[in-house]
Amino acid sequence: MNLPETFRVSLEAILSNKVRSSLTMLGVIIGVMAVILLVSIGEGARVYITKELTGLGTNLLIIQPGKTSASGGFHPPSAGTVRKLTYDDSQALRRRAWLLTDAVPIVIGTGRIKFQNLGRDVMIIGATPEFQRVRNLFVDSGSFVSQGDVDSKVKIIILGAKVKEEVFGDQNALGRVVMLSDTRYRVVGVMRKKGTSLGMDVDDVVYIPVTSGQELFDTDSLFEIIASTPRAEDVDKASAQIKDILMKRHAHKEDFTIQTQGAILSTMNMILGVLTAVLGGIAGISLLVGGIGIMNIMLVSVRERTREIGIRKALGARNKDIMAQFMIEAMTLSGVGGVIGILIGVGLALLIPVFVDVLPTSVSAWSIIMAFTFSAAVGVFFGVYPARKASLQDPIQALRYE
Amino acid sequence: MIELSDITKTYRMGEVDLTVLDGVSLGIKQGEFVAIMGPSGSGKSTLMNIIGCLDRPTSGVYRFEDREISTMNDDELASVRNIKIGFVFQTFNLLPRFSALKNVEVPLIYSGVPARERRERAIPLLEKVGLADRLHHKPTELSGGQQQRVAIARALVNHPPLLLADEPTGNLDSRSGEEILHILTNLNDQGVTIILVTHDQNVGTRCKRMINLKDGQIVGDRVCA
Repeated sequence: MNLPETFRVSLEAILSNKVRSSLTMLGVIIGVMAVILLVSIGEGARVYITKELTGLGTNLLIIQPGKTSASGGFHPPSAGTVRKLTYDDSQALRRRAWLLTDAVPIVIGTGRIKFQNLGRDVMIIGATPEFQRVRNLFVDSGSFVSQGDVDSKVKIIILGAKVKEEVFGDQNALGRVVMLSDTRYRVVGVMRKKGTSLGMDVDDVVYIPVTSGQELFDTDSLFEIIASTPRAEDVDKASAQIKDILMKRHAHKEDFTIQTQGAILSTMNMILGVLTAVLGGIAGISLLVGGIGIMNIMLVSVRERTREIGIRKALGARNKDIMAQFMIEAMTLSGVGGVIGILIGVGLALLIPVFVDVLPTSVSAWSIIMAFTFSAAVGVFFGVYPARKASLQDPIQALRYE
Repeated sequence: MIELSDITKTYRMGEVDLTVLDGVSLGIKQGEFVAIMGPSGSGKSTLMNIIGCLDRPTSGVYRFEDREISTMNDDELASVRNIKIGFVFQTFNLLPRFSALKNVEVPLIYSGVPARERRERAIPLLEKVGLADRLHHKPTELSGGQQQRVAIARALVNHPPLLLADEPTGNLDSRSGEEILHILTNLNDQGVTIILVTHDQNVGTRCKRMINLKDGQIVGDRVCA
């Protein structure tokens, strides 16, 4: 028996029961759509985070006080043993860690900025001049923190683009005096607009010298030290060097954590990879349910057409002809459902970022191929049993079936 | 053409075996017009199914055109049914979703005849049985007699040497039945071997040979006038 004819017979069977066929297909459509949509959301998150992390600046090492491990394990903070990271630690690194280009001490806090009668809460970052280079964030007008400002704890402030706009509007901010948590600060610079990065609006920040920051927050410790190396290959060696220098200063205790950008990236990638797999798996279950729907309908169809099977067999259809007819019917249902599901899934994946900008998606070829292969396989797998059942019918019994 | 020797057919009904055919031996030659008659339960339908290669005997030897049928597998039987045998059933057994033309084409599909040739062979047959203007009607749009004529056209489309008719007039009014018998008689005159199962004496006497079955055994075999 020729394939086009079998195909036409199957198609006619599908079309003769339009409502039932479309409902059966709907199961597969939703399954495939869900696989593509959820996988592309997971992939989108991964691509987004990778891009953002590499956008922070390259070859970064972040040193934070306290020993935590990036790779599991819980370290209770035993009182008294954790020595704080200090400004002097960062200076020691600058002087002695020759693999590092920079070691920027950072304090972070929040406070209220006021100008005339306008006030708002902002995030305050205390930094040194090298911060600009390390984090790829630069002033647009005026100047950034200078080493002199740091050395003498000058009360100067650099505004993020958004803060400037909200507090000063179109006015010139340079040279104005603002109140920052009840202390007078003079505006010396405005940052270049950058936008949101990893959920944090880097334009919604103000910068002051790190030493002024320590005074403002009344602390002598640092939030972190951001170090950088010129070459990616040096990151591991630089990390060892930092450890060596800091341990000497901290009574030979490793009471700090060095995170490299690569380590953060790979941890993130792993988490998001698992997330994507879980999402895909959940969607896969719905595809499986769709497949069971196909099997169910095919079984009904085989039963309904028992007599037709008997007639065809009496007229010379071999078992494999009958088998092919029902297999093609099942595969057409799942295949057409798969294609429609892919179209809707890809369409939604492309549409979502247009309307929901916090939800980036990335449609990957492999998720499409996987979803389609899977839906075709579902058709084959769940079609075999009903089709085999049909093909093994005894022609006499089938002819007598009412 | 047909050689049945000592055919038995036994069905297992729970604990007991039910013998439907009990040592049937029978020879039918090319060109005969045979009626198999008998009351219901006499085994005539089972005999018909075995001759039609729809069923295998429990024991005994069945030779069709000098080929041993009893030992063939499903696919070989399907091929014999397709090429050598045409079926006409009491309930017509047309495919309800297909037009008369499509129904007639079905056996040709399974012999791998291309679409164009299928049409070219099916249309003259439907014309011959008087349905030239009903080619694209579905079975539900045809009368019983017309449906049976479609079924006859379908049975003949592959030019089989043997035509099996199981109560072909059983569901028809007497006039339609008469038309069908007329068509069958003509076909036999053209050389087609016909075996007809019926319990209607009037139909039986129209054949050239009458075989009577009772309780799975042949109790009468005579030539009609």
